[in-house]
Amino acid sequence: MFSSRPKPETMTAPAAGASAPSLAPAAPPQEVRLSLYRRMLEMRGFEKRAYDLFLQGLVKGTSHLGLGQEAVAAAFGEAMRPDDYTFATYRGHNHTLARGVPMVPVMAELMGRETGLMAGKGGSMHLTSVEHGMMGSYAIIGAHLTIANGAAWSAKVRGTDQVAVCFFGDGTTNIGAFHEALNLAAVWKLPVVFVCENNLWMEYTPIGSVTAVRQPAAGRAGAYNLPPVLVDGNDADAMYAIATSSIARARAGEGPALIEALTYRHGGHSRADPAKYRPEDEVRQWLERDPLPRYRFRLAADGVAAEALDRIEAEAQATVDEATAQAQASAEPPVGLVEKDVFADGGATWRR
Amino acid sequence: MAEMTYRDAVAAAIAQEMERDPSVVFLGEDVAAAGGVFKATVGLLDKFGPERVVDTPIAEQAILGAAMGAAMTGLRPIAEIMFSDFLAVCWDLVANEIAKTRYMTNGQVSLPLVIRTGNGGGVRFGAQHSQSVENWAMMIPGIKVVAPSTPRDVIGLLAAAVRDPDPVLFFEQKSLYATKGEVEEGEIVDELGRATVVREGRDVTIVALAAMVPRAQAAAELLAAEGIDAAVIDLRSLVPLDVTTIANSVVATGHLVTVEENPRLCGWGAEVASIVAEECIFDLDGPIVRVTTPHVPLPAAEALEDAAMPSPERIVAGVRHSLA
Repeated sequence: MFSSRPKPETMTAPAAGASAPSLAPAAPPQEVRLSLYRRMLEMRGFEKRAYDLFLQGLVKGTSHLGLGQEAVAAAFGEAMRPDDYTFATYRGHNHTLARGVPMVPVMAELMGRETGLMAGKGGSMHLTSVEHGMMGSYAIIGAHLTIANGAAWSAKVRGTDQVAVCFFGDGTTNIGAFHEALNLAAVWKLPVVFVCENNLWMEYTPIGSVTAVRQPAAGRAGAYNLPPVLVDGNDADAMYAIATSSIARARAGEGPALIEALTYRHGGHSRADPAKYRPEDEVRQWLERDPLPRYRFRLAADGVAAEALDRIEAEAQATVDEATAQAQASAEPPVGLVEKDVFADGGATWRR
Repeated sequence: MAEMTYRDAVAAAIAQEMERDPSVVFLGEDVAAAGGVFKATVGLLDKFGPERVVDTPIAEQAILGAAMGAAMTGLRPIAEIMFSDFLAVCWDLVANEIAKTRYMTNGQVSLPLVIRTGNGGGVRFGAQHSQSVENWAMMIPGIKVVAPSTPRDVIGLLAAAVRDPDPVLFFEQKSLYATKGEVEEGEIVDELGRATVVREGRDVTIVALAAMVPRAQAAAELLAAEGIDAAVIDLRSLVPLDVTTIANSVVATGHLVTVEENPRLCGWGAEVASIVAEECIFDLDGPIVRVTTPHVPLPAAEALEDAAMPSPERIVAGVRHSLA
């Protein structure tokens, strides 16, 4: 199995305008592709709106946008079963929307409103919706890979065939928990799919300058007896293909997968970061590889009418506008929530 | 009634809960095939099989992450962290993930899990295998903190911890593993947050935890010989904290002495002293005295470790100071 895959060292980041890497899969059915396009548009619209709301002072604190990285989350959202588990990071808005979590509570959570997904108690970095299988967004690098293992282990012990999918950035591959999690997943043969979104930058630092191997995830796969998998993370079809096959393998009891999806962050690391440190050429080349216009072009080339694509775009924008209005109309959370739900009895009482 | 060691009580408690509830699973380093480095989990693998009693790599983050992910999806894991000192290498999971997730998710996620760990000194293991870290745990909102002093309480409190819907850090004191005590027949389940008055007394209230309980009892015997009648309270749990039992005793005796194995600063006794000072000041007839390990890492040599940890003699001196 190992030798049948290309070695990561032989693969490079696809240049602007290049076609998808060699694992070119069959295109997904058209209804899947239209759904992928809609999901990506909604994510794009949501993230752009979140940014605007920062500038208006309606979203406080910090936030980490997934602009440019939509294809990864959208493809897995499309490929996962409703009872599968998602574990995401602080850059988790896309992955939350990808599980079908309605946009209004997500927007309201960013705005610190009562109707927020967690009534304002979590904020942008901790989006969670258990009823949608969105098991949390984790804001400290590394831990959630080990937690995703736990959900996968639980599925195995309980005899269900649920799969856990865990998203993280390239920076995560250098922390100890990554290695603890990959080793345990492999040894216990857990139904878990690890998805590294390699956007080339660990916060403000080029990932290559702090990583011993060229491909931060794929280059480590062999250490855990896993095949190295490198995918064009800006190609929704390629992502859908690898999502479908890796989830199917995990569900069939064949163990974990480690996928490295090459993608790019259109903005900075977080709200406070204008990302001036990135070479202009690099930014320009990756903006040319923006997964959305690229996908529209492909769908149109494959015969989808421009009117149909325009309609999806308009509907996605309307969803974002409506969510913004509803979230903005929501009240601030009651201060009584401060001492709620520390413990299972609903309160914060630590003495008797 | 049967006599049992503190060590065997651990395995008995886990077995009691695994037999009762098929969703209880147990994982940790050397816990299954080897029966635990303290031999506290012998026989569980044979009884419950490798799917529910699982050996892990030396990877404490992976252990607690697995426990957390399993707890949030329908299992009730018991995770062992071999030495409580090692909690420092997985404290992110404890303090940032396990403790906060229910709150941050507005109650969406429940984490019914237990982290068992060998805590404390008296076994000459030196500064990285002897710490009393119960006060670290007590400072984090969202976790319950339990530390039994007897074999019987190991069973009752561990059973309560497993059945509790919240995450519980369960501190087993290593120097107590070989101690014996009477354990009643049949299922034993306690309630978390109930202290026990292990000795009634009129003159002073001594509050202790885990291995400090027998030392406080020994001090009370010494004090009785000089005509001082000391009450001894076994706190059993720091969160929830049984303030009622402490306050009732202090109101009656007018004197409070805490006996803490943790180093001095921010030890659990500081919180107890603060509560009593705030709520019972007019019932006090002398200073609140804290007897603790000094604010030092624990040394290895027998003579040094014994000098560092609270002894019955130091507890007696503390009581005399409060009564003076």
